[in-house]
Amino acid sequence: MSVAVAETVAEIKARNKELVQEVLKTYPEKTAKRRAKHLGLYEEGKPDCGVKSNIKSIPGVMTIRGCAYAGSKGVVWGPIKDMIHISHGPVGCGQYSWASRRNYYIGTTGVDTFGTMQFTSDFQEKDIVFGGDKKLAKIIDEIEVLFPLNKGISVQSECPIGLIGDDIEAVSKAKTKEYAGKTIVPVRCEGFRGVSQSLGHHIANDAIRDWVFDKMEGKPARFESTPYDVAIIGDYNIGGDAWSSRILLEEMGLRVVAQWSGDGTIAELEATPRAKLNVLHCYRSMNYISRHMEEKYGTPWVEYNFFGPSKIAESLRKIASHFDETIKENAEKVIAKYQALCDAVIAKYRPRLEGKTVMLYVGGLRPRHVIGAYEDLGMEIVGTGYEFGHNDDYQRTTHYVKDGTLIYDDVTGYEFEKFVEKVQPDLVGSGIKEKYVFQKMGVPFRQMHSWDYSGPYHGYDGFAIFARDMDMAINSPVWKMTKAPWAA
Amino acid sequence: MPQNADNVLDHFNLFRQPEYKEMFENKKKNFENPIADAELERVREWTKTEEYREKNFAREALTVNPAKACQPLGAVFAAVGFESTIPFVHGSQGCVAYYRSHFSRHFKEPTSCVSSSMTEDAAVFGGLNNMIDGLANTYNMYKPKMIAVSTTCMAEVIGDDLNAFIKTSKEKGSVPQEFDVPFAHTPAFVGSHITGYDNVMKGVIEHFWDGKAGTAPKLERVPNEKINFLGGFDGYTVGNLREVKRIFNSMGVEYTILGDNSDVWDTPTDGEFRMYDGGTTLEEAANAIHAKATISMQQYCTEKTLPVIAAHGQETVALNHPIGVKGTDEFLMAISRISGKPVSAELTKERGRLVDAMADSAAHIHGKKFAIYGDPDLCLGLTSFLLELGAEPTTILSTNGGKAWQEKTEKLLASSPFGKNCHVYAGKDLWHMRSLLFTDPVDFLIGNTYGKYLERDTGTPLIRIGFPIFDRHHYHRYPVWGYQGGMNVLVWILDKIFDEIDRNTNVVAKSDYSFDIIR
Repeated sequence: MSVAVAETVAEIKARNKELVQEVLKTYPEKTAKRRAKHLGLYEEGKPDCGVKSNIKSIPGVMTIRGCAYAGSKGVVWGPIKDMIHISHGPVGCGQYSWASRRNYYIGTTGVDTFGTMQFTSDFQEKDIVFGGDKKLAKIIDEIEVLFPLNKGISVQSECPIGLIGDDIEAVSKAKTKEYAGKTIVPVRCEGFRGVSQSLGHHIANDAIRDWVFDKMEGKPARFESTPYDVAIIGDYNIGGDAWSSRILLEEMGLRVVAQWSGDGTIAELEATPRAKLNVLHCYRSMNYISRHMEEKYGTPWVEYNFFGPSKIAESLRKIASHFDETIKENAEKVIAKYQALCDAVIAKYRPRLEGKTVMLYVGGLRPRHVIGAYEDLGMEIVGTGYEFGHNDDYQRTTHYVKDGTLIYDDVTGYEFEKFVEKVQPDLVGSGIKEKYVFQKMGVPFRQMHSWDYSGPYHGYDGFAIFARDMDMAINSPVWKMTKAPWAA
Repeated sequence: MPQNADNVLDHFNLFRQPEYKEMFENKKKNFENPIADAELERVREWTKTEEYREKNFAREALTVNPAKACQPLGAVFAAVGFESTIPFVHGSQGCVAYYRSHFSRHFKEPTSCVSSSMTEDAAVFGGLNNMIDGLANTYNMYKPKMIAVSTTCMAEVIGDDLNAFIKTSKEKGSVPQEFDVPFAHTPAFVGSHITGYDNVMKGVIEHFWDGKAGTAPKLERVPNEKINFLGGFDGYTVGNLREVKRIFNSMGVEYTILGDNSDVWDTPTDGEFRMYDGGTTLEEAANAIHAKATISMQQYCTEKTLPVIAAHGQETVALNHPIGVKGTDEFLMAISRISGKPVSAELTKERGRLVDAMADSAAHIHGKKFAIYGDPDLCLGLTSFLLELGAEPTTILSTNGGKAWQEKTEKLLASSPFGKNCHVYAGKDLWHMRSLLFTDPVDFLIGNTYGKYLERDTGTPLIRIGFPIFDRHHYHRYPVWGYQGGMNVLVWILDKIFDEIDRNTNVVAKSDYSFDIIR
C-alpha cells in the first residue's frame, strides 16, 4: 500500500504499522526486538513520537550515524575560524572531515583563519606505543611558529587518545602557560564515546565552558553592552545560513555580538556571556551551553526556527517578545518587508510542489525544523527521523508532524530503503550516504546536511533558495527517463 | 532586499550584495577582534618567503593538509571489488560514516559498508560481542556472499584478534561455518589508504588460497594461462578497469581482475538500487591461484600482496600506475611476454594515435614546468608521461611516498634531460607544497581537489588528476590507463593550458592580439 492509495489517516497508520512489522522480519530476533523500539508512527496527542532514541547503534546494521569526534571537531569547534583545531590521532578523521561541511567564513585562510585546513598529528605506531603528548607539545610549538596569527588551539581527540592514556589536559595547560595565557582547549571527543555525534556536541560545549568561559572571567569587555545584544547559538553557517539569519536580527534592531559557531571567532565566544538573550537554532548541539549560560550568567535563551516564512515570522515575534516595544514593532516591520518576497516565491513554486510528499532523515534538528518550510510550499512530510536526536527532540517534533507520520530513529540503510520503496515519497531529504541510493531508485533527493552544495536555506533570503532547490529536485526532467522506453 | 523570486540568488551572489557586505564589515570590526590589515598583509607575504619555507620544512611533528588517508579507507576500496561483498569494519562506527561519505563524494555513487559500532564498553571488554552480533545482522539483512572484515584504529589499539573473533562468531552461529569472512588488520596509524588496500587484498587472497583460516584445505596450484590483474587504490577505477578489460580482450588473453569495483561504483539510475553489482566472483578469486602471473599496476599498493602471490609460484610484475606511451608499452609487453600473444593490431594503432596526438600538441606542453602530488605510483606514472611530452617536472611530492619511492622517482627523472631540475619530496604535505610553489614557481600543478587551495593561494593553475576529486564530476568514468587513457590525460592537461592562455590574452585592446582562434 503506497501513499497514493492510503488516503485516510487510519489507512496510513495501518500501512505504516504493517511496514514496520515487515521490515523487522528480516532481523535476527534479538535485533528485531531492539530495532522495534526505534520504529513507529506519531499518534496525535501523545507527548513524543513513540520511539526510543539516543541508544547505542546495533553492530552490523549500517547505521548512518557518526561519532563524538564528528560532533565536536566537525560541528561545534571546527567552524571557529581564527583557532587551529588539531585532529589529534591518525590521519583519517581529519582527512574525511576536511572542509566538507561547508561552514562558510570570511578570512585569509592559512594566515588569520584556518577553517578549511586539516591540521593533524598523523599518529604513527610509535605514538601509540610511547604516547603522543610530546608530539602534541611540539605540534603546538610548530603552530606558533608557522601560524603566528592564530588566536587559539583546540585538541580534538580521536579514538586512540583515550585508549593510550595520553594527558592532553596537562599538555594544554603547560602550553597555555608557556604562551602567555593562550587559549588551548583539550577536547575528549574520542570517537568511541557515546552512541553518536551527539555526545561530541555535549563534550565540545563543556570544553567551551571549562576552557574558554572559566578562563576569561575578569577580562575586560571588548565593547560596550547594549540592551539589544543577542548571540546566535547553534548555527553553523552552512552555505551562509547564519548570515541570512543575522541580517534579519539586525534589521529588527538587535545587535548580534556572537555567532556560534559558523563564521565565529574566539572573541565572539568570549563575548557571549554578556549577551542579553541567546537565540538557539540547533537545540540538539548547543542546548548545553545555553543552559549553562542561563544558570551561571542569567542569560535567557530562546529556541527559534528560520526555515520558511511561517516559522520565521513566528520566531521573529518570539525573539522580539524578550525585548521592548521598539523591537516588537521592528519585528512586524521585518515580517512585512519580506511578505512580498515570500508571496512571490510561494506563487512561483507552490503550484509546482503542492501535494508532493517528503521523507526526511537528518541529524538532530532538521527532521522537525524544515517541516514548516515544506508546508509553506504545500508539501507534506510523510516520514521523518533523527540520526542522533534525544527524547526531547522527539517531544518537540510533535508540534510539527501530522497524525500517523512514520517515525524512524537511527534508521538503518536497509530500513530506510524499504520505507522509501513502499511509501514512495516524491522527495527524500537526507545525507550524502543516502543520496545516490534513492536517486538510483528514481526518487528525487536533496542533501539536507550540506544543502546539496547550495544554500543558505535559513531566513527569508534562504527560503527562496530552498523553494527553488526543492522544485529543481522534484521537477527535473531526468526523473522521466529512468525507464527505458522498450522496458516493460 | 537583494533576494528575488524571479532570479533567486544563492550563496554565489547573495553575499556579494551591499547589505551583506556591510554586515560582514561590521561583524569583523565590532566583534571579531580582527588582526590589523597591515599585520595580516605582512604575515601573508612572509608565508611566501624562503625564510618561511625553511621553517615550514623544519616541522617534525605537525602535519598540515596531507595528501593521504588512512588504511581502513583502502580496505573498503578493495573489499567492494568482490562479488556481493560487504566490507565490515570492526571498531568505532563514525569511521565507516566517513569512508562511505568520502567515496560517495568522489564517485557520486552509494558505498555500502557496515561497522561493528564499538563504544566505551567494547573499549574496556573488547569487541567480541560486537563482532558476533554484527556479523549475524549483516548476514541476515544484506544477504552478502562474503563479508570482508577490516579494522579501525580503536580495535587495533585495544588489540582485538580478528581471526579468533571470526572463529568464535561462526561457532556461535553468526554466519554459517563455510561462509567466507576474510579479514585484515588495518591500523590507521600505519601507512596510508594504499596500505589498507594491500592488506585487504592480501587477506582475501590468503583466505581463498591458503585454506580459509584453517577451515578448508589449502588450494593446490595447477598453473593455467590466465593473468591476474591488480589495479591498486585508484580514483579512476571505473574507467580504468573497463579499459584494462578491453585491452586483455583485444589481445585475446584470459584474465582475472582481483577486486573489480568498476560496476558497484557505476550503477545505473533505472529505478533499482543495486547494493552489489559486478565484482570478482569468489570462484575467480580462488581460481586466481592457478594463473601464470599477476600484474600489479601500482607497486606501492601491493608491496605485501605480491610476495604472497609469488610464494605460490606465480610470476609477479609491479608497474607504477603507467600513464602515456612508455608506461603503456611496458604494460602491454608484459601481458604479451607472459601470455605469448602479440600486442593486437587494434592496440598498436591506438598507440600510434596517442603518439600522433602528442606530436600535434607537444609544442604547448614542451618546457612547461609542473608540480605534481599524489599517491606514490600515480606520481611516477604522471612524471613518466610529462617527460615524454617534453614538460619539465619541477616538484614531485607524495605524502605517503617513502624513501624507496623517492629514489625510484629520482632515477626516472635522471633518465630524461627534462627531469634534471626536479626535486622529489617524500612524506611531505600540501603546506610544504604551498611553500614550494612560492619559492620554486611552476606553470601548472597536478593534484586532487584539495589542490584548489594551492591554486587560490599561489596562483598556480590546477589540473585535477588524483583522488579525491570532489568538485568536478565524472572524471572517474574515464580511463587514464592504456593509450586511450593517455589521450584523456593529454586532453585534460591541454584544456587547462589553453584555458590559461585564453585567460591571459583576453583583455580587449591590451592583450587580445594573442587571443587566437586557432592554437
